[in-house]
Amino acid sequence: MNHPLLGFLTAAGIVFFGVLGAAAYLVLAERKLAGYFQERYGPNRVGPFGLLQPLADLIKLVFKEEVVFPQSNRWLYLLAPGIIAVMALLPLAVIPFAPHFAVTDINVALLYVLAAASLGTYGVLLGGWASNNKYSLIGGLRTANQMISYEIAMALALVGVVLMAGSLSLKDIVAAQQHLWYLIPQFLGFVVFLVSMFAETNRAPFDLPEAEAELVAGYHTEYSSMKFAMFFVGEYIHMVVAAALMTALYLGGWYGPWKPGFHWFALKMALVLYLMIWVRWTYPRFRFDQLMRFGWKVLIPLALVNLGITGLVLLR
Amino acid sequence: MNPYLALLLFAGIAVALIYGLVLVSHWLNPQKSTNPAKEEAYECGIIPKGDARARVSVHYLLMALLFLIFDIEVVFLYPWAVAYRQLKLFGFVEMMVFIAILLIGYFYAWGKGVLDWK
Repeated sequence: MNHPLLGFLTAAGIVFFGVLGAAAYLVLAERKLAGYFQERYGPNRVGPFGLLQPLADLIKLVFKEEVVFPQSNRWLYLLAPGIIAVMALLPLAVIPFAPHFAVTDINVALLYVLAAASLGTYGVLLGGWASNNKYSLIGGLRTANQMISYEIAMALALVGVVLMAGSLSLKDIVAAQQHLWYLIPQFLGFVVFLVSMFAETNRAPFDLPEAEAELVAGYHTEYSSMKFAMFFVGEYIHMVVAAALMTALYLGGWYGPWKPGFHWFALKMALVLYLMIWVRWTYPRFRFDQLMRFGWKVLIPLALVNLGITGLVLLR
Repeated sequence: MNPYLALLLFAGIAVALIYGLVLVSHWLNPQKSTNPAKEEAYECGIIPKGDARARVSVHYLLMALLFLIFDIEVVFLYPWAVAYRQLKLFGFVEMMVFIAILLIGYFYAWGKGVLDWK
């Protein structure tokens, strides 16, 4: 009787530890790579090649002094950072990392992923509002606006994939790509998804939320200690999830030239993550009006065109 | 195991893990400082003036309204996309009509300058 529960707990444990570990080391990877892009070493003091840096950061963040402002909305203020991290973790339940490995599989998996992604906006908005700080409020509003705008473009681009696969289950979508990755027939949708992915994860060149030159740190200006860490780690979990989604939806998931398996999935995810870091340290930040104009006037029409073309091609 | 039950359990573990970490950090924290300067909103060292809940640009509301309309469109598109192979030409034409109606509103908003930030 306990067998299915045990199986679930094992899978969930592997996913949680794997992703949290990946997020922690992604921070290190980003700092290291940023160092190399800028001709310096990056962190290299804690452990060999700085490999223990994430652990040191965690210990530091856990013991940091926690400041709660009397003028903030106390409960919302305490709740907000967790929302972001939890909503970033939720989609992991349905992502098929290997042919026979996923925590669970539902027939509306993609819809579930999008729902969790949009709920993450609440964390940002509540955090910005509850802090009662002008920078936080503006940062929170901007972020929420950016996330909802690009979410439409992203969701519209994904309809093309659903049209081709005829299913919302991520497992079926990957299985449908055995012979041809959707990267090729869905190239336009892929580009739209790629760009919206940067905006959804609040990464450069769309990192308006933390435009430190104008907003100090955006919506998490007033957060300290572990609550700041939750915003921070939430962003990196978002990156891991986005990379996993991109792999599953466009890059053929666990399929590769030889034996299919988790190694292909991990390799493709690592490449996507490397691309995200590379872009961050290469491009300057957009201005807010440019960002909104680009999202609404370029990406959404492009996604609709992609949808129409896919529909037409599938008609024959 | 019911997949939806699994999702619920997964969400429960995620909540417990994340808020557990926040709570642990809360217990391990050093004593609260009594410095009043620390408890003021951070505005680059300048003493904050007034409340942060001032009025904000109406553009944010317009964007939210547009988002609502488009998001509902997307929600309609997903089941359509799943059933597309059975619907064939009929489904294609129907959806194009639906999208065209939405596009009228979209271009109206475009013409009114809702999509431009000043």
